[in-house]
Amino acid sequence: MSDTSERTDDAIDTLVSSEYAAGFVTDIETETFPPGLDESVVRAISAKKEEPAWMTEWRLEAYRGWRAMTPPRWAHVHFPEIDFESISYFAAPRGDKPASLDEVDPELLRTYDRLGIPLHEQAMLAGVEGAGRTPVAVDAVFDSVSIATTFKEQLKDAGVVFCSMAEAVREHPELVQRYLGTVVPRSDNFYAALNSAVFSDGSFVYVPKGTRCPMELSTYFRINAENTGQFERTLIIADEGASVSYLEGCTAPMRDENQLHAAVVELVALGDADIKYSTVQNWYPGDDEGRGGIYNFVTKRGACLGARSKISWTQVETGSAITWKYPSVVLRGEGSVGEFYSVALTNNLQQADTGTKMIHMAPNTKSTIISKGISAGRSQNTYRGLVRTAPNAHGARNYTQCDSLLIGDQCGAHTFPYIESRQPSAVVEHEATTSKVSDDQLFLCRQRGIDAEKAVAMIVGGFCKDVFRELPMEFAVEAGKLLEVSLEGAVG
Amino acid sequence: MPLLDIEDLHVQVEDQVILGGVHLTVAPGEVHAVMGPNGSGKSTLANVVAGRPGYEVLRGTVRLAGEDITQASPEERALLGLFLAFQYPIEIPGVSNMEFLKAAIDSHALARGEGAPSAAAFIRRARATAERLGLDAGFLKRGVNEGFSGGEKKRNEILQMLLLEPRIAILDETDSGLDVDAMQVVAAGVNDFRDTGNAVVLVTHYQRLLDYIVPDHVHVLAGGNIIRSGDRTLAELLDRDGYSWIEDAC
Ligand SMILES: Nc1ncnc2c1ncn2[C@@H]1O[C@H](COP(=O)(O)OP(=O)(O)OP(=O)(O)O)[C@@H](O)[C@H]1O
Ligand SMILES: [Mg+2]
Repeated sequence: MSDTSERTDDAIDTLVSSEYAAGFVTDIETETFPPGLDESVVRAISAKKEEPAWMTEWRLEAYRGWRAMTPPRWAHVHFPEIDFESISYFAAPRGDKPASLDEVDPELLRTYDRLGIPLHEQAMLAGVEGAGRTPVAVDAVFDSVSIATTFKEQLKDAGVVFCSMAEAVREHPELVQRYLGTVVPRSDNFYAALNSAVFSDGSFVYVPKGTRCPMELSTYFRINAENTGQFERTLIIADEGASVSYLEGCTAPMRDENQLHAAVVELVALGDADIKYSTVQNWYPGDDEGRGGIYNFVTKRGACLGARSKISWTQVETGSAITWKYPSVVLRGEGSVGEFYSVALTNNLQQADTGTKMIHMAPNTKSTIISKGISAGRSQNTYRGLVRTAPNAHGARNYTQCDSLLIGDQCGAHTFPYIESRQPSAVVEHEATTSKVSDDQLFLCRQRGIDAEKAVAMIVGGFCKDVFRELPMEFAVEAGKLLEVSLEGAVG
Repeated sequence: MPLLDIEDLHVQVEDQVILGGVHLTVAPGEVHAVMGPNGSGKSTLANVVAGRPGYEVLRGTVRLAGEDITQASPEERALLGLFLAFQYPIEIPGVSNMEFLKAAIDSHALARGEGAPSAAAFIRRARATAERLGLDAGFLKRGVNEGFSGGEKKRNEILQMLLLEPRIAILDETDSGLDVDAMQVVAAGVNDFRDTGNAVVLVTHYQRLLDYIVPDHVHVLAGGNIIRSGDRTLAELLDRDGYSWIEDAC
């Protein structure tokens, strides 16, 4: 082959093997539980969070259930058995929880600065962080605790509760007791049970009747400590006619060991309520030999309880060594709507088995699934989806589109769409395509002066367009950049 | 100094020698037409000059304004002012024509040491140029070549040429598949583009295009070599007699 084709390969190599910018470690004194899990550990976590007895009991019951369960093995992912006794189940910066932002350890503030997460309300309001940006309220979770939640006062004026889960258990026990575990029961699956027993912090949102949340809410999860698992728990409730848009971001340092992240997210939409949940998942993916990285085993589910309610999941998954997650919607309200928009990119030795479940339990319910899988390097990327229509789901409709894009010829893309229809009038449509970033496309771009790296990122961006446009504006830009970085070295 | 200077170019594709010692010299201000039967190596020549991967250059050199570009990457050649209008323009789904053009123009500006044009200035210029080629504004928002008709694809190539202002433009059968009106629009675009500082190489099968864009030189490529060169009358001859005489010539 000529020189020029080698050059293409080189360019593509550097392109797909970019640096993981969030891979630094924050040097801060941490209190970490010794590894291992038993009832006393569950009690100790509960005590750390100053929880009421009912919460401790709830956890213990989950723990006992978990002990009797085994990890799921049906996903198209391969990894050595996890030793749950070698993981520490709690880690937090030492000292009391800061009462206000001023009291937060400057080292932690610097960490979030470096990650580009604004925790300074003043600065944001004054537009210092970037003129013209609308403020976004942030809950910053560092290892097992929430260290700060911004804009709480402004949100309170609107009647919106936005706080850490730990605080919600103390301050809003009636809401937590009423909804926690109703969408994802403790016995739902192995990792959900584990999470229910040991969950650390996460965010709690309640938007009251008829209220449109005045700003975007977001939670930023950061794993910092070594050998710890992160088990956050998020619960979002939109009361009748309420609406909220919520964003979630996550990163972790580069380490040679795998770390477990087993979160549970529950969304509840009452009549005419609308929840939009967006994720940009950028957990450390491991190095190009497949060493290290996060095991991202997550249960996310929403329940459209009320008529005409709507839940929309948008996810951009570029990180983690292994991703196992299926953000789903149970459509119980008549005419309710579920959506799932997903971009999952795997490179090097990453593995992703992701998709959604749309469970139609009421008449005239609608769901849309748009999944874009991009595989590069030697990675494996699987879409797994279920569309089920119950006997009473007259007039239910689903549209599913699954597109796979391959970069290079050593990666794999797999699609498993399951359809269970018990209602003859339901309409379930499925479309799937597989394509490659072709040499001809690359050559066209390069002939126009666009280098190979930029060209691949542009082609992949075009492939993901239908999902990106569902993201809030700033996230869309972020996601585009992230894609570019995650693709480094991808084309060979 | 010639703008394009191809010297003794030997090219092999998958164990098959396609070009066996091509010479071609193009001076500023000139239009050259390259003609020849199907499969004679015209597109191969155009692609190799543009640096397309997959071709093995066995021998010879390609110079652009005196600079040896035989080993240069496609983007280096493009940024030095070489443009190739593709015989079969390919689609890039989801990437808007606008985004694509802006990225191309920005990297050209950068290579010249200039700043990228403002979005507003770029859009104004792109719209005006598209309009000249009979392409409406919505066209710029569509995915690159996505669902374009054959004629639209070819006009889109000319649009890119006009926006990038190369020093040497190689148009590989840009006239194929165009109706008479479109051919005139494309020819007008090329004639507007021409000046004393740049040059055009037209790969074509038809005399008709050459009625609108008058070549200074006409070459016949056959069996991997330029077997005959002449002025525009050579094209007229080919149009009348076809290539039957080649066998005697080879
Ligand atoms: N990538 C390739 N692999 C194998 N053979 C090739 C390749 N590219 C070109 N060829 C062969 O080289 C020869 C010349 O092809 P080329 O496309 O250059 O012809 P052309 O003169 O442009 O023909 P046309 O007038 O039909 O466009 C043909 O026999 C073709 O099959
Ligand atoms: Mg050809």
